[in-house]
This record gives sequence, C-alpha cells and structure tokens, in this order.
Amino acid sequence: MAELKTDHIVLNMGPQHPSTHGVLRLEVVLDGEVVVDVIPHIGYLHRCFEKHAEAMTYPQVIPYTDRMDYLSSMYNNFGYVEAVERLMNIEVPERVKYIRVIMGEFQRIANHLVAIGTFGIDIGAFTPFLYCFRDRERILDLFEMTCGARLLYNYMWIGGLSHDLPPDFIPKAKEFLKDFKKSIKELNDLLSFNKIFIERTANIGILLPDTAINYGCSGPVLRGSGVKWDLRKNDPYSIYDRFDWEVVVGKGEMGTVGDCWDRYMVRVKEMEQSCRIIEQALDQIPDGDVTSAIPKRVKPPVGEIYFRVESPKGELGYHIISDGSPNPFRVKVRAPSFVNLQILPIISRGYLVADIVANLGSLDIVLGEIDR
Amino acid sequence: MGILDKEFNESNIVITRFEDLMNWARLSSLWQMTFGLACCAIEMMATSASHYDFDRFGVIPRPSPRQADIIIISGTVTLKMALRIKRLYEQMPEPKYIISMGSCANCGGPYWNHGYHVLKGVDRIIPVDVYVPGCPPRPEALLEGLLKLQEKIRNQSLVKKAV
Repeated sequence: MAELKTDHIVLNMGPQHPSTHGVLRLEVVLDGEVVVDVIPHIGYLHRCFEKHAEAMTYPQVIPYTDRMDYLSSMYNNFGYVEAVERLMNIEVPERVKYIRVIMGEFQRIANHLVAIGTFGIDIGAFTPFLYCFRDRERILDLFEMTCGARLLYNYMWIGGLSHDLPPDFIPKAKEFLKDFKKSIKELNDLLSFNKIFIERTANIGILLPDTAINYGCSGPVLRGSGVKWDLRKNDPYSIYDRFDWEVVVGKGEMGTVGDCWDRYMVRVKEMEQSCRIIEQALDQIPDGDVTSAIPKRVKPPVGEIYFRVESPKGELGYHIISDGSPNPFRVKVRAPSFVNLQILPIISRGYLVADIVANLGSLDIVLGEIDR
Repeated sequence: MGILDKEFNESNIVITRFEDLMNWARLSSLWQMTFGLACCAIEMMATSASHYDFDRFGVIPRPSPRQADIIIISGTVTLKMALRIKRLYEQMPEPKYIISMGSCANCGGPYWNHGYHVLKGVDRIIPVDVYVPGCPPRPEALLEGLLKLQEKIRNQSLVKKAV
C-alpha cells in the first residue's frame, strides 16, 4: 500500500478569539493535534505611543502611559514619573513615596487577580473569574475614592500626586487586606489545587531558566522558571529596600520547574507578598504635602535616562531623551509583555493545540502594551 | 406596552401585538459577542462579572459572531483591525445591533489628533446604535447604554413604513 501523504495545516487563532486576551492573532502550524510552530502576529492595537509622546509635553504623556498596560496603569505612571524626576533631579516628599508604593502594590494585586481569573476561564473554570473580580472591585473602590477613576488613573504626577489619600483610605485598605487573606485561601481551594486545573497546567509549557534569561523574559514568567530576579530586590528603586518581603520563585511543586502551574502560583504568592509590603507601608506612612514638589514648568535639561521598574508583568523600562524643550524628544518603552510573548513558540512546540491557550494565559500578556 | 406589565389573575391568555412580542423577545436576550479591543474591554469584563452582572439583562457572552446579537466595540479601532471588525459584523445574523463603547470607538478619543493609525470613529465602517461616552465608561454607563438599546428595540417596527 502506498504511503499516505500528510501535510501540516495552518490554523488561525484570532484576532477575535476569546482566549487571545485582546486582539492577538496566532498562526498555528499543526501536525494533527501536535503544535509544530506558533507565529504571533501583532499590531492590531497599535496606538502610536511614541508619536504621541513626541507631540505632548511631559505631564501630558502620563495619561498615555495609563493606556499602555491598562491592567496596571498605576505602575506605568510610577515608572514614567520616576524616570522624569530622575532626569530633572527632583526629590519627592516621603509621603508621596509611600503612597506610590501602596498604590503600586494594590495595582499588582488587581493585575494578578485579572490574570488568574482569565487564566481560569482559558482552562475552563469560570467561577474563579467571578471571585477574582469581586476582590478586584474592592481595590478599584479604593483607587476611585482616592483619584476618582476606576481603570485609568493619571494619579501620579511628576514630583507628586494629583490627590492626597482620603481620610478613610487607610482603615478601608486594612480591612481589605484582612479579608483578602481569606480570599486567597478560597482561591487556592477553588482553583490552585483543583485536580483538573493541575492536569491542564502542570508539566505543560515548560520554560527552562536558561531559555527564559536568553529571551529576556522578566516578571512572573522568569520567576516561574526558578530564577530569583525581581527589580524591587535586585535593583531597588523608590523605597522598596525598607520593607521586609520575599521574592517568590517557582519550585515545580506539581510538575517540572517552569511549567504553567508554576507561573500561575508565582502570581498567587506574589499577591501575598504585596499584602505584606502594603501592611508595612500603611503603618509607616508619614504626614506631609503630596503636591509640594510638583514643578511649575516641566523642562528637563538636555540628557537621557533609562529607568526600569518591576511592573506586575515584568521589567518595564522607560528610555527618555530630552533636548531641553517642554516636549520629550523620544520616549521608548521596554514593554514586558512584548518580550514575554516571544517565548510562546518555544514553550508551545511539541504540545497539543489545547495547550496553546494554557501557555498564552500563563504568560499574562496585554495587547495594549505589546503594540503600544 | 410590554406583555408583562399587566398581572395575570385567572386567565392565561395575553393579547398583544405581534410586533411587541417580537421586540420583547429580542430585547430580553441580547447575546453579546465576546470581543474586546482595548482598555474598555476590561470594563466590559467587569460589567459581566460579579458586581454589575450583565446577565440579569439577558446579555450572555457568545464566542462566535454567528450566534451573537450585539457587538460592543470596546476600545481603539486601528485601521488594521477595522477590516476585521467589518468582517465580524457581516458574519453576524440579522437582527444585529452595535454599541460603541468609549471615546476611541466613538470618535478616536485621545488618539484623535496624532493617531495616524487609528480609525476616527467606528461609525465610519459599521452602523452604530448606541454611543457610550467615557474613557473608559464606567460599568454603569455601559448598562445605561444597554438600556437605551433595549428602548430602541422596543420601539422598532417590523413593517416597512411607506415613505
């Protein structure tokens, strides 16, 4: 009998697909049900951040940084304003530093809650999504009572903040942290140690530490592979060196180090660490004026700066070039999602087509940040 | 006007116009296409999730355009994406409705001036029924937009009127 002739088939996933986390298109090459290659096609949400940064003044760029990684807007503000402050040699008041860290860590919890909830949907568990959003809404309430916005805040300004904390912020934040510990336990019972969930994620999409470093991965994707690298610890900025907390790494409890379950679990444990940081910051926060150091005119001297922060998704870097005018000459962003996405073909080859969804969900990408 | 406005006592016969019945059925189960573009999609997700619960208005997300009644354009429409949105819209069965959510979809929003790559309003390619302003609109605003759409459907006529 003559040998059967076989061929690869190409499957298009997206740009409209419930599991691509936005408008990403994946060109999947399949041999039967086994993935031969995945080619991500991006650019469906290109919003020309750099072009806008050229045309705007320094403070006007802040709302556009909000809209890059819209799940962690506070942290995008944080990186940008700190970079400009270093370029201008502005020393911000102590209270501002504390509030920025508190907001940044709350934002990290909110971001990870969305990441975990949508990851659950990708795997087929809908209920954890509702639980995660229930807790996220409480964080958004805290943000809303502080600056009036739920999602895109424009809260951190160059040299200060737009508003001080309202009087009942600290009690409400403490109440949330108390309840949130129960929520994490609930989440672990519901999803993390669920047999079906473990079957779908453990030993899937294994990312070796060497590969992760070579591809420039950062954030939970890198730490899931067991590499202890967190800019808050390794290259401390702001006041992160004053708090007592630990860097969480993947240990391969359910399978191999660097699988989807490890990347997921790093996020869950990071939320606990964020709670620790917030608790300490809430206790230590000094009094003061949050608007006292805001400059009347933002006009940095000629020069350039590269400043990086550990955003919830990984290393977020701003490269700002100033020509001495009120508008930046160029603002280049090193977006963590963009760099983390390139690992997708590496970790998906050889697995089944259903595992692409698990791999993509575990990377926690945001298309607004990839395309910018 | 709606058939549920009057309480049932003993009789179980409802007399209504066929048009009202059809409109009532249509507006009560608007299945929404699972389709998010940008920041507004996160608020759309929040609207479907625990606090705001889109489900109580009969809005259930469907992954396929072939089973969807409404499409919520939630975010910035780039020129590259515009062609795909048009195709998705064409794949939906009649009757189909569109909610344009957020400033970007309404008119280009913050990307109106320098966005060389952004479609200045999704109504340039597909007909929009309800515009929801905001950047991003709050979930309450989206719910209000949906109620407006339901109002519109309640008043639509199945018969073509003579011009």
